[in-house]
Amino acid sequence: MEAQLNELKTQALDKIAAASNVKELNAVRVAYLGKKGPITDLLKGMGKLPAEERPKMGALVNVVREEVTVRLEERMAILEEQAINEKLQSETIDITLPGRPVKSGNAHPLTRVIEEIEDLFISMGYEIEEGPEVEKDYYNFEALNLPKGHPARDMQDSFYISEDILLRTHTSPVQARTMEAKGGEPIKIICPGKVYRRDNDDATHSHQFTQIEGLVIGEDIRMSDLKGTLSVFAKKMFGEDREIRLRPSFFPFTEPSVEMDISCFKCGGEGCNVCKKTGWIEILGAGMVHPNVLEMAGYDSKRLTGFAFGMGPERIAMLKYGIEDIRHFYTNDVRFLSQFQRTEV
Amino acid sequence: MLVSIKWLKDYVNTQDLPPAELGEKITRAGIEVDAVIDRSQGLSNIVVGYVESCEKHPEADKLSICQVNVGEETAQIICGAPNIAAGQNVIVARPGARLPGGMKIKKAKLRGEESNGMICSLQELGIEGKLVPKAYAEGIYVLPENAEVGSDVITNFDLDDTVLELGLTPNRADAMSMLGVAYEVGAILEEEVKLPEITYKEAEDKASSMLTLNIDSPEANPLYVAKVVRGIEVKESPMWLQQRLMAAGVRPHNNVVDVTNYVLMEYGQPLHAFDYDLLETGNITVRHAKADELITTLDGNERKLSLNNLVITNGEKPVALAGVMGGANSEVSKNTTTIVIESAYFESGSIRQTSKEHNLRSDASSRYEKGVDPNRVIPAAERAAQLLSELAGGEVLAGSVIFDQLQREEKIVNVSPDFINSRLGMKIRLDDMLDILNRLQFKTEAMNNQLMISVPTRRQDIQIEEDIVEEIARLYGYDEIPSTLPETATSPGGLSPYQQKRRIVRNYMEGAGLLQATTYSLTSEKSATQFAMKQTELTRLLMPMSEERSTLRQSLLPHLLESVSYNTARRIDSVALYETGSVFLKGQDELLNEEEHLAIAVTGLWLDNSWQGEKKAVDFFVVKGIVEGLAAKLDVELEFERGELDGLHPGRTAFITLDGRRIGVIGQLHPNEQKARDLKTTIVMELSLVELFKDQTEALVYTQVPRYPSITRDVALVLSKIVEAGTIEKLIRSAGGKLLKDVRVFDLYEGDNLEAGKKSVAFSLTYFDPEKTLTDEEVTAVHEKVVAALIESGAELRS
Repeated sequence: MEAQLNELKTQALDKIAAASNVKELNAVRVAYLGKKGPITDLLKGMGKLPAEERPKMGALVNVVREEVTVRLEERMAILEEQAINEKLQSETIDITLPGRPVKSGNAHPLTRVIEEIEDLFISMGYEIEEGPEVEKDYYNFEALNLPKGHPARDMQDSFYISEDILLRTHTSPVQARTMEAKGGEPIKIICPGKVYRRDNDDATHSHQFTQIEGLVIGEDIRMSDLKGTLSVFAKKMFGEDREIRLRPSFFPFTEPSVEMDISCFKCGGEGCNVCKKTGWIEILGAGMVHPNVLEMAGYDSKRLTGFAFGMGPERIAMLKYGIEDIRHFYTNDVRFLSQFQRTEV
Repeated sequence: MLVSIKWLKDYVNTQDLPPAELGEKITRAGIEVDAVIDRSQGLSNIVVGYVESCEKHPEADKLSICQVNVGEETAQIICGAPNIAAGQNVIVARPGARLPGGMKIKKAKLRGEESNGMICSLQELGIEGKLVPKAYAEGIYVLPENAEVGSDVITNFDLDDTVLELGLTPNRADAMSMLGVAYEVGAILEEEVKLPEITYKEAEDKASSMLTLNIDSPEANPLYVAKVVRGIEVKESPMWLQQRLMAAGVRPHNNVVDVTNYVLMEYGQPLHAFDYDLLETGNITVRHAKADELITTLDGNERKLSLNNLVITNGEKPVALAGVMGGANSEVSKNTTTIVIESAYFESGSIRQTSKEHNLRSDASSRYEKGVDPNRVIPAAERAAQLLSELAGGEVLAGSVIFDQLQREEKIVNVSPDFINSRLGMKIRLDDMLDILNRLQFKTEAMNNQLMISVPTRRQDIQIEEDIVEEIARLYGYDEIPSTLPETATSPGGLSPYQQKRRIVRNYMEGAGLLQATTYSLTSEKSATQFAMKQTELTRLLMPMSEERSTLRQSLLPHLLESVSYNTARRIDSVALYETGSVFLKGQDELLNEEEHLAIAVTGLWLDNSWQGEKKAVDFFVVKGIVEGLAAKLDVELEFERGELDGLHPGRTAFITLDGRRIGVIGQLHPNEQKARDLKTTIVMELSLVELFKDQTEALVYTQVPRYPSITRDVALVLSKIVEAGTIEKLIRSAGGKLLKDVRVFDLYEGDNLEAGKKSVAFSLTYFDPEKTLTDEEVTAVHEKVVAALIESGAELRS
């Protein structure tokens, strides 16, 4: 019987080793260890043995069963892993195929520039004021020290709707309206918006464009405050190592008036095609609010002073992104618009 | 204003600064130098030649063979100019010479004849054709008889000069003259200004013996000076004068006209010369024109005058449009022997109006409009008399005929040094301020911490303290101003709720996959109201530049659709654009009702993932979904009701309503409209952001995450096709009561398996009780109520 047992063990271990997959191995398990298997049969037949041999034989059978079971489990683990690997192998995909597109739009480049400027000034305590695009001559010109017949009105030929109503030629009327509404109180605002001038559309002119202006009124506002504010703006918008310079200029609503240049962000001041070899790029106009403008809006110009500045988001976007034609902003070519998807941080 | 540096040196020492450096200094001090123009442009080896003989070229009709004495030798030169002749002094570019544009002159053979150089026109030396004297405009330029043969043309005729082009702002009318620029440069470089010395011999006869003067409009013409010069010979001006005028951008004509233009450029004071004999009456009367009075101006145009126009007359008929342009009837010509020189002060508003009315601008009117220096009117007349006696052989009659009621005191501005420093945020010393004012030649008295400044009349732009602040600052240097930040009470700053919502819309739209567009507010009358839900009377411009941009839009869609077509025409088949912008509606007020709108236009594929077999063309529901998502974001409850709007598909259009107010429209373009715009299926949407943003959103309070499970029951119904799913949904909701949490359409079937005119809609109903787990019996009880209500409404359950 012992010999029979050893024979059985050898047979079982051979079959375990020969099983090539989980199914075959399970068949081996059933064949040798199952309720109807030979080992169970052997145990059942133990009753026929003499009583003194039974414990010895019982132990022997258990050892054989144990060994067969362990070997079977070992083999099972290997075959199971093999099975998973085969499955994974068959599930392999071409990861170079394109992903499912996520639809995503983006802001117009002018919105992008305007919001960047808005956010910068909001962080410095400014509020955003807006006003009508169809404006009274009074707010567009007269309240800004441009009485009827003033020669500077030639600087901006306008679209009139009636003798007194026109499409605003700048966002400055928002300043005039805000001053009037604030009734002599300090002000710190940014005014973005669309403006209109009688220009033929070409690469550098557009009858409709945008402006963004700033106005600060308070006690003892000085020209140095204007310079400092513009310097912060220039560094944030065009890079920390930008320098600014002010040049005297003329606007009827400011005195003194200046234009601000920044050191060229492309060549750093060496001279290149962006700055037309001067090392400087003209960015905006500014000045100290003219006392006439303050007085007309009901401010005591002896007590409160202020500064104002204004710039064109089109020009800034054209400089920043190297855009050559202002008409791109209004044509809405998808191949143009979608280039402003990515961030610049 | 074009400023010849050589000419400028007559009045001020420019310290021999390189022109670019001088230009930079002028720019930094306040007058922008737009360009620095080198007149010699690298010209070299160009000499005076004497044409000894000139014969026709045997082989070419238009060419002449000239023997030209160029000093060292006599060279044969072939010339094609029609006005070449023997005995002329001409400009010769010698072999090896360089001309503008890099052209190099070489020895050449022209039709078999040797040519050793080129006889030049002024254009070939780089002078603009419109500045070349008419006599030489079509050919070579002929130099004066006394030109030294063989001498260098560049230096002898002042072409070795640089011109600064000044971009003047309207306030700096003072710099519209060489003297004005000289004062500016003098102040910058700390140099004295030398005025021209005026001396000439007067005749014994008085000007008043030949001319009488009446001024009928002293308000518009408070000063008029007339001088009479007789015995003059009208001829070409000397080279130096012609060259200076051309450098200044003025075309030389004859010595009389050239002198008036020269003095205009020098003093900034417009002058006019009348032919005394053509005046006929020996009288000058300045008055306002009579209605419909006629004058032919020097440009040859006959002009009908109005009562606003100031005219110079001979006592009877107009002989000049005052301050704007002379009349043809008194023009100086070759036959003129006696002239009247007018130097006058005309009030700027009057000239501006006349110039605008007749759309006629001249060097004179552009200066009068901005105001001339009252103290230069008389000196300018004297300067012209001097030059005419020197250059035209004239005899100046004694004295002037003059009318003078003009106030010309210097303006006094009082300002304290503290005021100046506090406005600038600087600490400029009093001595430095006084030095700057002295450089500007502003007479200043300092006492009791106050500066009393007399502003010369040439600087009409200096009126108030702040103007002095600017003068001090610009000459002290803006680079010296420190950088500070305003020391105001800091407020938090930020966006208004409306502005915040606008940004939410923008971010949402981009997340939804739409590109932001910007279009024009001005459109054609025809498309101004297309797709507009609220149409009002049109708002047209008084003077549009074109019909395409004549009227303010009342809807964003026409232009947005143009943008879509622009792209599809370029084979970009899928386009998804949105825009926010104002539409302009007539209201009660004289200003318009500007309403900010949001518009969407989409066409082509909404989803394109073709290799996985996913493709979705845009349809009504794509855009409706975007609007619904936006409503959720803004916490507003929008409803959609079937509607019709011109240009949209009548079966695929809905109005968007909020609290019963129509605030927008959504729909598919009508096939005809699509065809007209060359578009495939296109869905549009437009709504009023003002309306959408009207209500403040409620405070966000969290609802507890469900602790008990919900139970879902489906119901499939067969309905008449005309019954809308929305109606059924409302019915289900009202019958379902508070346990019914959600109703969703999950299937729609319209096909052969149904009776004609029927459709099947399947709804999924979610029941939920926040307090406990619902039992099957509880759900069944409610659900049966819902089903009963549906059946009662006429719906059939689909088996």
